[in-house]
Amino acid sequence: MTTTEIASISPAARGKPGAGAFQPMQVLTMALAGDVFALDSDSVLEVLDLAEVAEVPNCRAFVKGLINVRGKVVPVVDLRVRLGIRGAAETTEDSRIVVMAVTLGGEETLVGVLADKVYEVVEIAPAALEEAPTIGIHWRAEFIKAIGKRADGFIVVIDIGKVFAAGEQELSKA
Amino acid sequence: MTAHSATPAETFRNEAEDLLVELEAALLDLEGDPDDREQIDRAFRALHTIKGSGAMFGFERVAAFTHHVESAFQKVRDGELAASHELVGVALASLDHIRALLDGAGDPAKEELLLAHVRRILGAAPPPVAAPAAEPADEPPAEKIWRIRLALGPQAMAFGTNPLLLLDELRQLGECTVVALTEAVPPLGDMDPTVCYLAWDIVLITDRPRSAIDEVFIFVVDDARLSVEEVPADAEVRLGEILVRRGDVPEQAVSDALSQQRPIGEMLVGEGKVAPERVAAALAEQHQVREKAAKSAVGDASGQGSIRVQAERLDGLMDQVGELVIAQARLRQLVAASDDLALKAISEEIERLSSELRDTTMGIRMLPIGTLFGRFRRVVRDLSQALGKDVELTVEGEESELDKTLIERLNDPLVHLIRNSIDHGIEPVERRRAAGKPERGRVHLAAAHSGAQVLISVTDDGRGMDRAAIRAKAEERGLIAPDAAIADSELLSFIFHPGFSTAAQVSSVSGRGVGMDVVKRTIDSLRGTIEVSSTVGAGSTVTLKLPLTLAIIDGLLVRVGRGMYVIPLSAVEECVELSPEEDSRASGCSFLSIRGDLVPFLRLREVFHAATEPDPYQKVVVVSSGTLRVGLVVDQVVGQHQTVIKSLSKLLDDVHEFSGATILGDGSVALILDVPRLLALGQDQESRRLAS
Repeated sequence: MTTTEIASISPAARGKPGAGAFQPMQVLTMALAGDVFALDSDSVLEVLDLAEVAEVPNCRAFVKGLINVRGKVVPVVDLRVRLGIRGAAETTEDSRIVVMAVTLGGEETLVGVLADKVYEVVEIAPAALEEAPTIGIHWRAEFIKAIGKRADGFIVVIDIGKVFAAGEQELSKA
Repeated sequence: MTAHSATPAETFRNEAEDLLVELEAALLDLEGDPDDREQIDRAFRALHTIKGSGAMFGFERVAAFTHHVESAFQKVRDGELAASHELVGVALASLDHIRALLDGAGDPAKEELLLAHVRRILGAAPPPVAAPAAEPADEPPAEKIWRIRLALGPQAMAFGTNPLLLLDELRQLGECTVVALTEAVPPLGDMDPTVCYLAWDIVLITDRPRSAIDEVFIFVVDDARLSVEEVPADAEVRLGEILVRRGDVPEQAVSDALSQQRPIGEMLVGEGKVAPERVAAALAEQHQVREKAAKSAVGDASGQGSIRVQAERLDGLMDQVGELVIAQARLRQLVAASDDLALKAISEEIERLSSELRDTTMGIRMLPIGTLFGRFRRVVRDLSQALGKDVELTVEGEESELDKTLIERLNDPLVHLIRNSIDHGIEPVERRRAAGKPERGRVHLAAAHSGAQVLISVTDDGRGMDRAAIRAKAEERGLIAPDAAIADSELLSFIFHPGFSTAAQVSSVSGRGVGMDVVKRTIDSLRGTIEVSSTVGAGSTVTLKLPLTLAIIDGLLVRVGRGMYVIPLSAVEECVELSPEEDSRASGCSFLSIRGDLVPFLRLREVFHAATEPDPYQKVVVVSSGTLRVGLVVDQVVGQHQTVIKSLSKLLDDVHEFSGATILGDGSVALILDVPRLLALGQDQESRRLAS
C-alpha cells in the first residue's frame, strides 16, 4: 500500500468552507476513460479479471450484465454510463471488475464495477480533498464525493452509495 | 455439549409449542362440541405434559400457572365441570399466556386475572349432578404388560434429567417392577460423576395406552436408548426364551445349555454366558440393552415415523445440495468432451444420485399446508368474536404440500386476507338476514396443486367489493384517468396498491387495502401472483399462485443470440422446429399450427434484442401458463438443466422477464425466464401493436 504525500495544497482549498470536513480516506484508484477515479476501499471486496458477462436484456443501461463470483450471481455496472462519461467501454487485458459490497434498499448486496485498469490503494489526506466543483467537470457531479489532488493530477472519489441510491429513485419515478 | 444439539430448554420449548398447538386444536373442537371426550382428554394430556415437563426443565412459572388450568380440565374429565364456552375461552387466553411465559415474557397482572377467572369457573361449578364415581360406561381399557428398557444418554444428567422422576412417573401409570442394570458402571477411578451409567429394565402393567408411556419419555427419547414392547399376557414363556428374545443370550447358548438338562439360569451363569443379575432381571420379567439389541431397539423407537430436525440444518442441507448440483453440471460438461466410457458411466451415476438427492431433500422440506391452515381457526374465532359476527372457517386441500420456507412466509399474507374477509367482506348478521343469506358467514380456505404451482384461495360469501369506490379512489390517487376503460380484474387489483383504502365507503374501522400492499409484496418476493375476483352481494375470492419451491427447479436450457436462458421445465409442453415458411411469413401473423391448434409465438430474439445473426433453423419451445399456450422462438435448445435458483440483484428489479439467475456447468451465468410474466408482456405488446 502506498500513501501518497500531497505536497502542494491550493490556497483556495484551504480557505474554502467545508474543506476541513473530510476525514482521511483510503481508496482504491482505477482508470476510467483516461481519468483516475477512486472507490472507498472499505467496501471493496476483491478485484477480478474480466470474466464473461451474461447480458440481461432490457435492463438499465449502466448494468452490463451478470457474473459468477464464487457461486454468487453479481451484477456488473459500467460507471462510464452512470456518470455520463462519453465514449463506449473498451475492454483490454488491463480491464478489471472491482467487486464491492453496497447497500441497496436497506440490504447489503454485491456489485461489480468495471474498470479500465486498477492501480492501487492509497490514503488521501483531508487537506488534499476538495468538494467537487459544480462547473468545469463533464460528468454528473452528484455522484462525486470529493476531488483529491496529487502531484500528477486529480483523483475523482466516487460516492458509490449515491450512484446506486439514485438508481432506485429514478426507478420509482419511472 | 456439541454446537448443534439443542439445549434441553430449547427442546422443551419446541415440544411445548407442539403441545400448545394440540391444545389449541382440542379447545377449538370442544367449542363446537363440549361433550367430545376425546378432545377433553387431548386438552388435559397436553396441559398435564406442559406442567410436568415445565417443572422438570426449570420453567417454574409455566408449571405453576398451567397447574390451575389443568385442575379445571381434570374436573371436566371427571365430569364435575362442563367444558363451557366460558372455560374454553379462558383456556385459550391461558394458552396465549403460557406461550408468552415460554418466551420469557408474560404479564403477571394478566396472569392474576386469568387465574381469578379460572377460580371463578371452578367455584361456580355446579355440584356433580350424579357423581360419576365409577368409570364411565365405556368399557374399561384392558390391562397390558409392557417391557421397557431404558438407557439414558451419557449427558442426560448433565442436562438436568432426573431419572428417578421418570421412574416415578412411570410408577403412576400402573404396577411397575424396576431393576437397575449396573454392568456399565466403571471402576470408581474411571467414573465421571455427571454421567449416567445405569440402565433400567422395567415391567409395567397398565391400562393406559402406549402414548401415555411415550409421554413420560418425551424429553429424553432423542438421546436415550429406549424400547417399549408389549408382552403377550397369556404366553407361557420360559426363561431361556425371554433371555433370547431380549437378545441377552444367543439362541445357540440356550440350546446348548438345554441339551445338558440342568436348570437353565444356573447353567448360563455357570458357563459365564450371562451375568447372574441378568438372569435375575429376566426372572423379574425385565430387560437389558446390549449393543446389538440396542440397535434394533432404536429401530423400534423410531417406528413412530418421524424425527425432529432443526430448520437451519435443513436449510444448510438444501444449500449443499444446490452446490452439489452445480458441481455435477460442471462435471457433466467436462465429461461430455471426453471419450472415456468409464468416466461417462460414473458421471451419469452421479447425475442420477444428485438428482435423487435433490428430490429427497426438497421432499423433506415439504410440509402439508394444513399445518398453516390450523392456525387460522383461532384467527377466525377471535376476530369474529371481536367484531360480533358469526363466521365459520372451512378448509379444503390441507394435504397439499409446500416448501416450509413458503409456508412460513405465507402466514402473514393469509392472516391479512382472512382478516380483510371477515372485517370488510362478511356483513353484520342483520344485513345478511336482510339479504337473504345464511346468518353465519363463511370464509373458505382452499389449496390445490396445478402443475408446478400451488393455488391458495381465500373466499368469503360477503358483500363483495365496491367497484365504484375502488374506481373513485384510484382516480383520486391518479392511478387511472377518469373515464378510462379498464379491465375488471385490473380495477380490483388496485386494492394491492400501497396505502390504497376505501375505508370511508367500506367500514368504519379500516378499508380493504390495509396491509394488502404487504400481501402483494410478500407474494411478489415469492415469485407468485395474485388474482382477485368479486361478485357484488355474493362475495370475493383472492387466489394466490405460488411456485412449489424456491430452491431448485428442472429447467430447459436454451440459447437466444449469445445469451443462455433457462425455461422452467414445468411450463414446457413441447419443442418443435419453426419451418422456414412459418418463419418467413411470421411478420404479419405470428401463429404456428401444432396438430391443428393455432399457437401464437413470441420471438425471444426480438424481445431480448439479440444482435447476432439468427440460427438458420429456429426452434419453438411451447410453454403454457394457465390457459395460455405460447411458443417461444429460440436459436437453440441445449437440453435439460437442473437449475439452482439465485435471486436477481435489486439493480435488476426493473426487469420483469426473469425470475432469477443460475450458474451453468462452465461457471457462466444464465437467466431464468419468468414464463407467466413474459407471456403477459407479450400480450401487452400484441395489444399495443393491434391498437397502433
